[in-house]
Amino acid sequence: MASAEIDVKYVAHLARLALTPEEEKQLGAQLGSILGYIEKLRELDVSGVEPTAHAVPMVNVTRADKVRESLATEDALRNAPRQANGLFIVPKIVE
Amino acid sequence: MLNQLTISELTAKLAKREVSAREATQACLDQIARVDGKIHAFISYNAADALAQADAADKLIASGAKNSLLGVPIAIKDVLAVKNQPLNCASKILGNFTSTYDATAIEKLKAAGAIVFGRLNMDEFAMGSSTENSAFGLTRNPWDTTRIPGGSSGGSAAAVAADECIASLGTDTGGSIRQPAALCGCVGLKPTYGRISRYGLVAFASSLDQIGPFTKDVRDSAILLGAMSGVDPRDSTSVPEIVPNYSAALDGNIRGMKLGLPKEYMIGGLDAEVKAAVDAAVKQYEKLGAEIVEISLPHTDYAVATYYIIATAEASANLARFDGIRYGARVEGNDPVELYAKTRGAGFGAEVKRRIILGTYVLSSGYHDAYYLHAQKVRTLIRNDFLKAFEKVDAIVTPTTPTAAFKAGEKSGDPLQMYLSDIFTISCNLAGICGISIPCGFTKTPKLPIGLQLLGKPFGEESLLKIAHAYEQVTGWHKEKPAI
Repeated sequence: MASAEIDVKYVAHLARLALTPEEEKQLGAQLGSILGYIEKLRELDVSGVEPTAHAVPMVNVTRADKVRESLATEDALRNAPRQANGLFIVPKIVE
Repeated sequence: MLNQLTISELTAKLAKREVSAREATQACLDQIARVDGKIHAFISYNAADALAQADAADKLIASGAKNSLLGVPIAIKDVLAVKNQPLNCASKILGNFTSTYDATAIEKLKAAGAIVFGRLNMDEFAMGSSTENSAFGLTRNPWDTTRIPGGSSGGSAAAVAADECIASLGTDTGGSIRQPAALCGCVGLKPTYGRISRYGLVAFASSLDQIGPFTKDVRDSAILLGAMSGVDPRDSTSVPEIVPNYSAALDGNIRGMKLGLPKEYMIGGLDAEVKAAVDAAVKQYEKLGAEIVEISLPHTDYAVATYYIIATAEASANLARFDGIRYGARVEGNDPVELYAKTRGAGFGAEVKRRIILGTYVLSSGYHDAYYLHAQKVRTLIRNDFLKAFEKVDAIVTPTTPTAAFKAGEKSGDPLQMYLSDIFTISCNLAGICGISIPCGFTKTPKLPIGLQLLGKPFGEESLLKIAHAYEQVTGWHKEKPAI
């Protein structure tokens, strides 16, 4: 496993999470100790062990490809912070 | 008082027309008015809506309807969607969100006639073990209001313990039903992964989350499990196993059943009074004719570390949806990325941020295999430990928590210590088995509840409930009430 150092600023950018400098500092210290604890997993030899993604493995669960009822537009929009004309309003993306 | 009744007691009285659903609902609302200022189990509730549902139930009862939960007031953790009710996950980031549909579990409760009311407090996005991480303030333990009720479903446990509802729903990702049930002295069941549909449950860690009931006795737990279980086309991880009549299994006869005691759970840090109560419960089981077998779960010591990799990784992906675009609160920005970052920075609390950062890190390029994939492999070892143990025993007996309820503020400054308080409950979710916590005694001073955890085979809820119920029949712990 990697060293127990996190570049909090970089990871926060990946997570799209604005942090104050104090939060960065505090998170860095706390995560360092949590990662230090997690290091104990290195003691285990897992070669040849299959990973478990779900404890009850069910694969290829499909449904019939049929049109069915879905959320009405007004319901989908009713919790939006900004909306108009049946659309979500967002900042300009393309210049 | 009607609010103190169990589901089975209340439905019997309703059927005989001794009481009305309105009276039962009003009794719960009166109790909330009387004690919730001290407990703060509820974030909000709509009394008029609850009473309107009660009146509708009374009409159905008068017309001879026999739905299994007709007229029973059940309160809901603030992480499950109830149509037209608020849904906040105890977070600021959801703003004034109201649900546009019912979760499948809620739909089933309503179909069975339940009065679904109230939004119960919790740790933000179910991340925590004390309900101190709520944006809506602390919930207090009804047995001692200087102490935490456990978490993340602290409101659900406290509301049942304080008789503010007949039963409640919570969710359990690493112990969030069983741990607060233990600390508040009620019965909390985490069903097998896939037993109850997760549709309409706001996801924290999708491979671990499961909905379950908080109740005043084991019979009620069986009733609610039966009402909510079953495959659901809207949750592709729900499992098409038959749903047995769980109540019918509660015959009190566990003679010859084998109960496993994992030697790895007798750790340092286990409180002496908790250990004594669990030892006494094991003796009680011997008297009931069960055979006690020592077993080994050799990877127990790795469960907390494995959990905090897998759960945070899944959380970092699941919580990406809270970006200020489609719902909830928004902090404007000059471009979408700035808007996302500012909204999330302002909307999430400290523990959620901590887990998103940790989860993003363990999934990031260069670290994925070392952390996430490695943890998924250890998860296989943990699961195999349990499957091997269940070849020899019908259920596993452990304490639910290493100590009784701790003081508010005692662990909130040290995330790792808080995580380690889940040491006995976390493996169950990783292994995908079922588990229940039932009251098994009290500490002396102050008087605080102690929980006994029983762990069962995947889809072995029938046996699990039978074993829990047999103990309950010969003890009176679950009947004790806090003085509030």
